[in-house]
Amino acid sequence: MTTATPATPATPASPRAGEGSFVLDARGITKRFGGLVAVRDVTFQIPDGAIVSLIGPNGAGKTTFFNVIAGLMDPTSGFVTFRGRRMIARPIRAWLEPVLWVLPALLIVVIAAGEFFVSRDQTHLALIIAVALAALAAMFLAAIVRPNWYNRLLHYVGIFRSARPNDMVMAGVGRTFQNIRLFPNMTAMENILVGMHSRLTSTPVDAFLSSGRQRREEVSSRERVRELLALVGLRGRDDELARNLPYGDQRRLELARALASNPVLLLLDEPTAGMNPRETAEMTRLIAKIRNDLAISVLLIEHDMRVVMGISDRITVLDHGERIAEGTPEEVRRDPKVIEAYLGAPAA
Amino acid sequence: MTAPATPAEARRGGAVRDRVLDFSHRHRSISIIGGMTLVTLLLPVLAQAPPFNAFQPFNAWLDGFSNAGTYVLLALGLNIVVGLAGLLDLGYAAFFAFGAYAYAYGASPFSGNDFPFLPMLVVGAVVAATFGVLLGAPTLRLRGDYLAIVTLGFGEIVPIVFLNAEQYTNGTNGIGGVYPPEIAGHEFNILNPWPFYLLMAVILTLTLIIIYRLQDSRLGRAWMAIREDELAAAASGINTVTTKLLAFALGASTAGLAGVYNASKLTVVSPDQFLFQVSFTVLAMIVLGGMGNIWGVAVGAFIIYTLQATFLKQLNVFFAAINFPAFSLGPITIDLKSVNFTEYQFLLYGIALVLMMLLRPEGLFPSARRRRELHTAEEGAEPSPTGLDASGELA
Repeated sequence: MTTATPATPATPASPRAGEGSFVLDARGITKRFGGLVAVRDVTFQIPDGAIVSLIGPNGAGKTTFFNVIAGLMDPTSGFVTFRGRRMIARPIRAWLEPVLWVLPALLIVVIAAGEFFVSRDQTHLALIIAVALAALAAMFLAAIVRPNWYNRLLHYVGIFRSARPNDMVMAGVGRTFQNIRLFPNMTAMENILVGMHSRLTSTPVDAFLSSGRQRREEVSSRERVRELLALVGLRGRDDELARNLPYGDQRRLELARALASNPVLLLLDEPTAGMNPRETAEMTRLIAKIRNDLAISVLLIEHDMRVVMGISDRITVLDHGERIAEGTPEEVRRDPKVIEAYLGAPAA
Repeated sequence: MTAPATPAEARRGGAVRDRVLDFSHRHRSISIIGGMTLVTLLLPVLAQAPPFNAFQPFNAWLDGFSNAGTYVLLALGLNIVVGLAGLLDLGYAAFFAFGAYAYAYGASPFSGNDFPFLPMLVVGAVVAATFGVLLGAPTLRLRGDYLAIVTLGFGEIVPIVFLNAEQYTNGTNGIGGVYPPEIAGHEFNILNPWPFYLLMAVILTLTLIIIYRLQDSRLGRAWMAIREDELAAAASGINTVTTKLLAFALGASTAGLAGVYNASKLTVVSPDQFLFQVSFTVLAMIVLGGMGNIWGVAVGAFIIYTLQATFLKQLNVFFAAINFPAFSLGPITIDLKSVNFTEYQFLLYGIALVLMMLLRPEGLFPSARRRRELHTAEEGAEPSPTGLDASGELA
């Protein structure tokens, strides 16, 4: 098992060819916080291998929308399909899940109580309650050790849970944060190794025994980390602490960490925020390179118009939580509604 | 260690030190086995050497080392939860209790069972781990203070349940006559501390190897990541639920081992062995020892236990021996010769902790990482990368 295999066979980079084939398809996403509607009925697609940007003035709901896609919060309505699988929607029958847990144990306790009234034998009672506890523990174990079985069980009962952030990473979505969120006291190498977590397969038992698989995986994953560091331009900085890196390098490191999970879609939340023009240009080149060389689709949230206009294939504009425009950079640039949202309505 | 006198000497000393460190890093398990063998052989020798042999007879020393080993085991387990994964657990003694009661049910006249010791070690660990997961599951969403309060409650509930479920646990009196271990036909005897001592050395060696391996594995990195930033860890693909539960389970299973060992050694299990003070003592041990640093925690726990169990107990005897005069502070007269210092154990812990937090918050033997975490603010060199953050939108 090499760590370098992508989550799935990579699709060739063809931004224009993928008409109708979307890597991510969000439909009618609404997110309400109490009385505030942060995102209202936004439909949004990312074609295979494209760089798509989401722009809008401050408070337009970009980050909220982004967090919904990344599995951080459930939408109030609407759903997100990732590579043909519905990953995120308002949960269905979520109340059933705790019932599913407690019901078997509860049943056993009821049987125990019945048995007790018939036989008045306390040892039986204790035994049966122990069995109930064991059933509960077995359920826990199943959920922990074999999450796939557990999910299938949930599906069978008709429960839908939105994908959690780690499920999205597993499915092939990598992300970075607007405010850098590295692990500050870990080295660059360790940060990226954590990003690789979902693609590594060694279990705690492998670690106990220091099995061959574990050791091979550790060696090959470190090899891959060096490749990633070289890709983002941090070659040889393996042992540097994340928090000691300069600001621009921290951004790159975060990008490398997101890439470590071999994503097919990369969500970048303002990747050039706080960068000087030179760093911004470098980051823009890097993003384009990632798309072109690694065939990874990119969703970009950005304030900097030069970045967005330069590399995006499609641009979606949000304002007050609603989609006000969508199109190629040229179309969006000329759209009067966009100009109004950014610069205000022309004086009458 | 003395400071090297000349640069040449420094280089040589440094080279040797580097080579030793390098070796221990690359062959960690061999180093642990070597180190533990050395310690196991040295401790009995030390106990017979002049300053120490005056304190108590040799057998008492050896017995004390075994008991200290129990606490080292507990500290190592709690260090997984608190030090590595960063989940503050104040009810750790509960898992110690589960291990002990598991053994008491497995091998005592009270239950009528007599299962062999070594399998029961595993059973005790598994039982404790199960309860670790059962406790961990409802607390997954909690952090910091809230988690501490819930675990504190759990730690209080467990001994009370064992106390009140009299029919099954024999209440206050506890379960007596627990069979001592019997390994390969050799029956352990309370009068001979050697087998217990050696058994503890073996258990500790294995535990240390496993915990070091865990720390350096994928799982250990995941724990570290959760401790640093849980949200970023989840966004990097770590299943925080599984990872935290594994921390609880593995920490609890170590306590389970300690419980089985302790029950078989004391041959009695009663609820008052698992009160809050045990959780507190172990937590104090890992804080003083150097949270997150495995060997630091082990050494810290050993030193603190030995100090409290032998040193404090004998301190008034020491003052009597040097004929320390009684002195008076205003109306109170203090005669150190007649003070029972063990009664002031927690006062001393408190003072030690306060001093530690003020002077050396990372503990006596900190891990490099922990020291960095705690000294971030003072250095002040780091311009916060989040300074540009619009607002904690994700918090």
